[in-house]
Amino acid sequence: MTEIFGVPTQALFSQLLIGLINGAFYAMLSLGLAVIFGLLNIINFTHGAQYMMGAFCAYFLLQLAGLGYWWSLLLAPLAVGLIGILIERTMLARLYKLDHLYGLLLTFGLALIIQGVFRNQYGSSGLPYQIPEALTGGINLGFMFLPKYRAWVIVASLIVCLATWYVIERTKLGSYLRAATENATLVQAFGVSVPRMITLTYGFGVALAALAGVMAAPIYQVSPLMGADLIIVVFAVVVIGGMGSILGSIVTGFGLGVVEGLTKVFYPEASNTVIFIIMAIVLMIKPAGLFGRAR
Amino acid sequence: MADATNTLSAPVRGGDERRTMIAFAVMVAIFAVAPSVVYQIFLMNVLCMALFACAFNLLIGFGGLLSFGHAMFLGMAGYVSAHAAKVWGLPPELAIASGTAAAALLGVVVGLLAIRRQGIYFAMITLALAQMVYFFCLQAPFTHGEDGIQGVPRGKLFAVLDLNNIWVLYYVVLAIFVAGFLLIYRTVRSPFGQVLKAIRENEPRAISLGYDADRYKLLAFVLSATLSGLAGATKAIVFQLASLTDVHWSMSGEVVLMTLLGGMGTIFGPVVGALVIVGLQNYLAGFGQWVTVITGVIFVVCVLAFRRGIVGEIAAWWERVKR
Repeated sequence: MTEIFGVPTQALFSQLLIGLINGAFYAMLSLGLAVIFGLLNIINFTHGAQYMMGAFCAYFLLQLAGLGYWWSLLLAPLAVGLIGILIERTMLARLYKLDHLYGLLLTFGLALIIQGVFRNQYGSSGLPYQIPEALTGGINLGFMFLPKYRAWVIVASLIVCLATWYVIERTKLGSYLRAATENATLVQAFGVSVPRMITLTYGFGVALAALAGVMAAPIYQVSPLMGADLIIVVFAVVVIGGMGSILGSIVTGFGLGVVEGLTKVFYPEASNTVIFIIMAIVLMIKPAGLFGRAR
Repeated sequence: MADATNTLSAPVRGGDERRTMIAFAVMVAIFAVAPSVVYQIFLMNVLCMALFACAFNLLIGFGGLLSFGHAMFLGMAGYVSAHAAKVWGLPPELAIASGTAAAALLGVVVGLLAIRRQGIYFAMITLALAQMVYFFCLQAPFTHGEDGIQGVPRGKLFAVLDLNNIWVLYYVVLAIFVAGFLLIYRTVRSPFGQVLKAIRENEPRAISLGYDADRYKLLAFVLSATLSGLAGATKAIVFQLASLTDVHWSMSGEVVLMTLLGGMGTIFGPVVGALVIVGLQNYLAGFGQWVTVITGVIFVVCVLAFRRGIVGEIAAWWERVKR
């Protein structure tokens, strides 16, 4: 068996793949957080719970309506996004004039409620969700075995991330969004309805989290706490990348996933903490984050 | 946080001082008499959490810094204190002191990193670093992972006071709480506390007046961490247990909730908040996960409709009546 730095290539590549998968979720979640933060100035603590709701939504669609994975990819983000819009209209909208920290506290409370209710109904153990038929099995690449579904997750999340980047940075709609991020009052004066834009942006960010949840369902089990610890890691990813740039969040997300995977190979004891250690180092060297603008 | 802290940002007048002193005397009297009616262990839990919340309030209420990782100081101090008492065989006063010192040290390291960013980032950084401490406590051999450190001996304080006597233990805990409370009160009223408020209200202006904002913020952070550690170290001796619960992020959330519910930036708010929340948890212990849901609901209600908290609302109502 071939080895690199004393580690069998097989193990190295499989951890690298797991790292890329985790990175895909970090990227999608931190992207949603960054989009929401850009316009609303709120850190959405409910993001992890909404990711979990996406996965549960897929599970319900399959169990109750018989709708499979592909339908879930479309319907779950829509449903969770609508719930997000409802939350924004009824609660978050009352907080915009106050200190931003209240938004954090409110969404933290909401996350506790959602996770608590789901845990009451479904316990802490996970529910299985089958990989869709078209994506079962794998490809033998010669140096490793690549499950099709995992390859799909990486490619699909890359497409979603890049599409989001394209919409925000290259379209007219995105230019409104960027303008409103810089100066909402001025954009409002040009006749664009900023409150509606804020609502839709929150809905979109939440839908992104739910989409990540659906994609995660066949890999991790569907469980009420699947987003609770993940969201803290994503916060660290956001601090490392800085929320100033869309491409920055994508690159940081995938990069840190890979770093985490490699740590599992070379020094497994630190694999849980490596992202937080990197965050501490980045804070010492470049407090604004790798892609952030100092302010 | 201007909205929540207005109640105390006005210069304190003589009458306020007298009123605070009366309220303080009443509070101590209630806690001194309470154990003859209420279960002592419950009250000691309230006292420890109240000190924890007061320490947290020093940071958010007077420094405007929202730490979302304060459990790391509570939990870490608990582990060190329990380890010192059980494995090293130190007497309780030294065990508590070493736990507190550990929290102070951790406070310096975390503080130096976290004060590099403000507002929301500060909250996220403290949360992430606390999660790192959590994983450390999960894996480090001396914490015994999921089991925690159990059967911590209480011992004799200063070789005289036998803490195995529940009454002695109770009044020692009360004394520790009162000492911590007075230290925080003194800090808030000192020139240091005033500068801290100035930095909270307008950091660039405070800097232009020649104050080293970062140094003040770091000092406040370390003081808050140390007192949280004192609470955690005492808690470990009282319950003879140090466990992962105290380092988990849900504990960080709990202390935010206690302070928010009682009234951020008020002197007595955190104590009231701690009493209500610990009481609630005690009362609802049989309902399992619904406690989490209720905690979340209180959060949402507080943020949407009740931002001054219990004590803050009472103070505002009092002001209106007086006029």
